[in-house]
Amino acid sequence: MVDRIILRVTRYRPESDTEPMTQEHEIPLRKDWSVLDGLNHIKDHLDGTLSYRWSCRMGVCGSCGMTVNGEPKLTCATFLGDYAPGPVRVEPLSNFPVVRDLVVDIGDFMRKLPRVKPWLIRSEQEPPAVGEYPQLPAEREEYEQFSMCINCMLCYAACPVYALDQEFLGPAAIALAQRYNLDSRDQGASERMDVLSEADGIWACTFVGECSAVCPKDVDPAGAIQRYKFTAAMDSLKALLLPRGAR
Amino acid sequence: MTLSHDVLIVGGGGAGLRAAIAVVEDDPRLTVAIVSKVYPMRSHTVSAEGGAAAVIRPDDSLDEHAYDTISGGDWLCAQDAVEVFVKEAPEELLRLEHWGCPWSREPDGRVAVRPFGGMKRMRTWFAADKTGFHLLHTLFQTSLRYERIARYDEWYVTKLLVDDGRVAGVVAVELMSGRIEAITAKAVILCTGGCGQIYPFTTNAAIKTGDGMGLAYRAGAPLKDMEFVQYHPTGLPFTGILITEAARAEGGWLINKDGYRYLQDYDLGTPSPTPVLRSMELGPRDRLSQAFVKEVEKGRTVDTPYGPIVHLDLRHLRETVIDARLPFVRELCRSYENIDPVRELIPVRPVVHYMMGGVHTDIYGATPLEGLFAAGEVACVSINGANRLGSNSLPELLVFGARAGVAAASFASGAQDLAIRPAVRAQVEDERRRLERDLLQRDGGKEPISAIREEMRATMEEGAGIYRSGSSLAKAADRLRVLQERFRSVRLEDRSRTFNTELLAALELSFMLDVAETIVHCALLREESRGAHQRVDFPARDDHRFLANSLVYRDADGSRRVEYPPVTITRWPPGERVYGR
Ligand SMILES: Cc1cc2nc3c(=O)[nH]c(=O)nc-3n(C[C@H](O)[C@H](O)[C@H](O)COP(=O)(O)OP(=O)(O)OC[C@H]3O[C@@H](n4cnc5c(N)ncnc54)[C@H](O)[C@@H]3O)c2cc1C
Ligand code: SF4
Ligand code: FES
Repeated sequence: MVDRIILRVTRYRPESDTEPMTQEHEIPLRKDWSVLDGLNHIKDHLDGTLSYRWSCRMGVCGSCGMTVNGEPKLTCATFLGDYAPGPVRVEPLSNFPVVRDLVVDIGDFMRKLPRVKPWLIRSEQEPPAVGEYPQLPAEREEYEQFSMCINCMLCYAACPVYALDQEFLGPAAIALAQRYNLDSRDQGASERMDVLSEADGIWACTFVGECSAVCPKDVDPAGAIQRYKFTAAMDSLKALLLPRGAR
Repeated sequence: MTLSHDVLIVGGGGAGLRAAIAVVEDDPRLTVAIVSKVYPMRSHTVSAEGGAAAVIRPDDSLDEHAYDTISGGDWLCAQDAVEVFVKEAPEELLRLEHWGCPWSREPDGRVAVRPFGGMKRMRTWFAADKTGFHLLHTLFQTSLRYERIARYDEWYVTKLLVDDGRVAGVVAVELMSGRIEAITAKAVILCTGGCGQIYPFTTNAAIKTGDGMGLAYRAGAPLKDMEFVQYHPTGLPFTGILITEAARAEGGWLINKDGYRYLQDYDLGTPSPTPVLRSMELGPRDRLSQAFVKEVEKGRTVDTPYGPIVHLDLRHLRETVIDARLPFVRELCRSYENIDPVRELIPVRPVVHYMMGGVHTDIYGATPLEGLFAAGEVACVSINGANRLGSNSLPELLVFGARAGVAAASFASGAQDLAIRPAVRAQVEDERRRLERDLLQRDGGKEPISAIREEMRATMEEGAGIYRSGSSLAKAADRLRVLQERFRSVRLEDRSRTFNTELLAALELSFMLDVAETIVHCALLREESRGAHQRVDFPARDDHRFLANSLVYRDADGSRRVEYPPVTITRWPPGERVYGR
């Protein structure tokens, strides 16, 4: 006999439903099945109308974030066995408008991304023929952690500040800015500072740390924000205390 | 409303993003847009692990990279294309470095390189074992600085519009709203990636459903060398998740159930404790996957619920090397197999990984259909011939993505404005009707999508797998014909316009069925064994009949026609493929 587990999945079709409801399915419980495998089983065999996003099923494309038993998770890297005997509740990510079923609208983040200038800024762009910009392994390590973000949006779903103020740039965008700021090849930190020190930038963060707790890639956005605040504070302190030439 | 751009790129993976940047940098007057069924940074390029090959060291040469590539491809590569490729690859990887790609470094700050399968020198650049992830995010983030690159994120292209022998744009569905629109363009570049989802066990993401191959084929452009399907020797058994070749490049061993490094029995060299280039575990993928099948036949593999497996042994590399060079491999093994490669053996089996074949293009990315270009895995230039070498695909995306961008830009700037003529308008209306009436409002379909899909996958694995025969292929062709018939009464229950992923699954399945038929058809006609195409009934390479690419066309009545233009040979006449000796 195959073990079974119940999945309680949020359904919402904007054309016909006034509010979301919950649908229950009993599915096989296999030890190597992720929550995503469970959803795929529903879609393929029980109800083809369920909508959700996924692609790589290996925790790197960032598509499959949902709320599993109340916590933001990558469903392809979260396993049903860990929730046995169940039931398991699968809901769309919090803090985003729900488009349908388990699909949320992340347009807001996509519009914020370019604002932090997440690209390498050089005073002069040299042609490839000059060869690589040297970078020591230790210099690479400086920003490596912040370069691992897969834009899965779990941190936005967990962030209490973003929940109240959708203007807040948010953890992943700030971590990404920091990724470039800390890159020894980059010369654009001051350009990014303008955006980050606006009201909706780093100062909005109250350092709850939820973002780092839920991040599946150990990016530590909270750490990035902390560090950034420190740099910004030092800069303004210097601006106050030191004569112009010494800054 | 008409949506219109000078150049329209279908696909926001590595190839599509590189092409878009090439267009804007090439001609500031042109308008350009990317349509992608997923947000660009979710594209499958994100999963690439091992690295990207380009000559950078003084002890290496372009000719050696070319020779490795051509012999690896069993002499089916277009040698003019390979020469362009090896020459431009270093510049492209350096450009990416200048755009911020976090390549792993040597202690002195230079870019580091690692060995890779089938390569005689160390020339594979890498960013730990998340090369594709970093490459894609670097390209995507760099593309954001160009406001002129417009994007249609989460739009699904269903059809190419063709006006009097020339491409005029596409029809696409916006997933969020369900609206169906024509997007017209003077030039269209297909960058839609591969089609591993046609097979049951694959490293490929769910989105790799061969849409672009299907789009081009239906529009009359030929597909090239479709019979060449690459099996990667080391995928995880249930999920198909890839364990990168870098694991072997760093020194991993493949062992059978007796703990024996079995590759020594297959003319791939003799075992040595540290990796030797072009030998044993660093042989080419086709030969390694074939050796696995022979081990199964000899009863020397391990049986599991997911079929036979062998083991990849990394234990002797120790934790420090694994964590520094292969952290993602460790992460994947822990999550998906519940094992730690520092202490345990990794179960692996060959899984479908890459399509050597694709939309036929010249070295500028142009297809025979005027105004249509293609680059990346969807295209076949061909630098990969009968078997791609690991780490040649990522530089291929960049080199030929950029070339296609430049060629499309110059085509578009010389082209007249296309007024939308009645013929095109009629195509748009037909397509709208097909999507709305025939699919979205269909009643009474009885064939579940998943049933047809599973049957197609089993058919391909059984009939057109690592080893094929005339009879296995003929049977597969029959089964696919039946599946096409069954697809006509596919069941669709989702009537919603909003993010209708069932409709998407049906459209993808339909593309996959068409592409699967071309694979089986071309495999049946190629009566020889070369690279990844192994016919048990024709075990030898036959240069006399088949030193030729296969070009399959879909004629107006839906029938297939195959032509065999000779392979372009510049400097490397066909020879024996020698590994490990
Ligand atoms: C697990 C894995 C590891 C790999 N590792 C390596 C490696 O180490 N080195 C190497 O050289 N190669 C590697 N490869 C191969 C390489 O990653 C791929 O060949 C390459 O990334 C393909 O890139 P692409 O730009 O052609 O397509 P993709 O990145 O697959 O992008 C396709 C794009 O097309 C869009 N699209 C598709 N259909 C439609 C449609 N109908 N409408 C709208 N948009 C559409 C998608 O949204 C997506 O944006 C690996 C492959 C796999 C599977
Ligand atoms: S910081 Fe972490 S949680 Fe946030 S988007 Fe990036 S990977 Fe996801
Ligand atoms: S499906 Fe890609 S991260 Fe889960």
